[in-house]
Amino acid sequence: MQNITQIFGSGVPLLLDDIDTDRIIPARFLRCVTFDGLGDHAFEDDRLQDKSHPFDDARFRHGSVLIGGRNFGCGSSREHAPQALMRWGIKAIIAESFAEIFFGNCTTLGIPCVAASRPDLDRLAKAVEENPTRVITIDLLSKQVRSDEIVFGIEILESARSSLTTGNWDFLGQLLDGATSVKQTASQLPYMTGFKA
Amino acid sequence: MTDRRNLFNKVWDLHTVRSLAGGQTQLFIGLHLIHEVTSPQAFSILRDRGLTVQYPERTLATVDHIIPTDVQLRPFADGLAEEMMSAIEKNCRDFGIRLFNLDDKRQGVVHIVGPEQGLTQPGMTIACGDSHTSTHGAFGSIAFGIGTSQVADVLATQTLALSRPKVRRIEVTGTLRPGVYAKDVILHIIRKLGVQGGVGYAYEYAGKVFDRMSMEERMTVCNMSIEGGARCGYINPDQTTVDYVRGRPFAPKGTDFDRAATWWLSLASPKDAEFDDYVTFDGSAIEPTVTWGINPAQSVGVNETLPALATFTNDDQKGIRDAFEYMDLKELQPIRGLKINVAFIGSCTNGRISDLREAAAIAKGRHVATGVKALVVPGSQQVREQAISEGLDKIFEAAGFQWREAGCSMCLAMNPDKLQGREVCASSSNRNFKGRQGSPTGRTLLMSPAMVAAAAISGCVSDVRDLL
Ligand code: SF4
Repeated sequence: MQNITQIFGSGVPLLLDDIDTDRIIPARFLRCVTFDGLGDHAFEDDRLQDKSHPFDDARFRHGSVLIGGRNFGCGSSREHAPQALMRWGIKAIIAESFAEIFFGNCTTLGIPCVAASRPDLDRLAKAVEENPTRVITIDLLSKQVRSDEIVFGIEILESARSSLTTGNWDFLGQLLDGATSVKQTASQLPYMTGFKA
Repeated sequence: MTDRRNLFNKVWDLHTVRSLAGGQTQLFIGLHLIHEVTSPQAFSILRDRGLTVQYPERTLATVDHIIPTDVQLRPFADGLAEEMMSAIEKNCRDFGIRLFNLDDKRQGVVHIVGPEQGLTQPGMTIACGDSHTSTHGAFGSIAFGIGTSQVADVLATQTLALSRPKVRRIEVTGTLRPGVYAKDVILHIIRKLGVQGGVGYAYEYAGKVFDRMSMEERMTVCNMSIEGGARCGYINPDQTTVDYVRGRPFAPKGTDFDRAATWWLSLASPKDAEFDDYVTFDGSAIEPTVTWGINPAQSVGVNETLPALATFTNDDQKGIRDAFEYMDLKELQPIRGLKINVAFIGSCTNGRISDLREAAAIAKGRHVATGVKALVVPGSQQVREQAISEGLDKIFEAAGFQWREAGCSMCLAMNPDKLQGREVCASSSNRNFKGRQGSPTGRTLLMSPAMVAAAAISGCVSDVRDLL
């Protein structure tokens, strides 16, 4: 797996709180057996109701760094949500905070979710509105976001950060490597042996 | 030294396989539940990588999310739904996984079926590609929702890579007043701690109110932990837990059961257990609670008015204004008397037999208001059968409710049961997100099943205590 240490790209400002995964990808699009094509439906219902939604704004169409608010990705565990964002073109998310399952799903897909303060997010979102092509760099090594004159610190769960930066974010391979220890742990659990004396 | 670990940490330690490079724990998963919506891509991952299912007997599949609850003839009218059904059937066949399909009397909503069959047991780690897996914490297990890539992880290795959360003890003291249900307790907790108050935490629910609850009520509480941001919530196992599990099809039998029960009870947090945080609420102060907004923390007691905008911080006001606008409500407006178009009783939060009994007690001898569409969707085929044997179906039908087959139905509206346009739905489910019930502009008011029945009868949000 690739080491993810820095992400560059232009921004997509969506500074709203409590964006749930039902909004990111409405349930009717979950009737599928692959994740292909989900990108077209990211935020579909929000976009229908808000003609100025950033996902429909040509200025942000090539953006890859999503700027969100508090509790981003709350609600349903559907991995279809980060899959839809990724297939739309999002490579990283900067927000005030993240819901836990969403955060984990993103990490597994190699999409860093980093937290920043509200004033910093406000400043960045405003700057992106003014100049949509400005490049934003998310640096996971120095734990910083940089975009020209704007520079601020970010937070990310250390285990996720180190998994991304060392290329260990595909957990399946690592989990498979532990097979012998898994058997050992399982054999000591009373319910795995039917509670026999 | 005495062991002061709380239940969560004891169970976590017992299931820890090893530490991974990034610092995560590789955690063994005792029970894995899957359903038709979040599993197909996981099986594709297995096929792409040439992997098999490591412990097929520790995964159970059921179908619930997309199935119609009226006409269930195959193939389904919805071709996409039919394709998902065929996919889970094939995947279970190919990989040797037990499936409770539609023609199996044990089928139902995944979080209702696990406990009902005795698969859910104290002291286990339980995972499912569904955020309401927290339900199973009612038994004193560590149960949480996962994404589809993680479903593949569990299938292939029976383990997950996870970071250990902190644990917050939430004590609810005193006695609930009549007309106040488990649903009101959890809505109250979420209202007070917020939708992201639990991020990074597991919740332990403790105290007199939970001690007195039945297992079904405990499941209602733990179910909505995720709505408060906590990936899992649990209640310590006690005699109520042991009595519930005894005799269920997948529970241990005879002396094995006795040994199991001893082990389960030994896992409970000791009196002097350590926690990362503590919160206490007075149960006698909890009112029948109704959500008015677009997240489950936006709620009020049924006799309160909606909050004033000025009581929120500047940052929060934008979201509150958005919620008022979407719901077409105003600050300081009473919630009581608000007209509804649809009433939905069901879901993994409140689709169990005790929920149907509470609702039927309100519906009995009364009739659904003119213009209101009301439906009752049992959480499982067993719940449905039990309700029929008690005559609840007749009570509901006589009162003008539609009586349906088991499934998720209008909780997330992936099947044909959907709100239309701007309809307002009084719902016993768990999410009032924008568009959640199938219409992109539909509106949801969450409340207890008894409150939903009361709203159906009167055609508007009402205080169930007037009908008790
Ligand atoms: S009833 Fe609702 S919340 Fe529960 S599993 Fe089904 S869709 Fe999810």
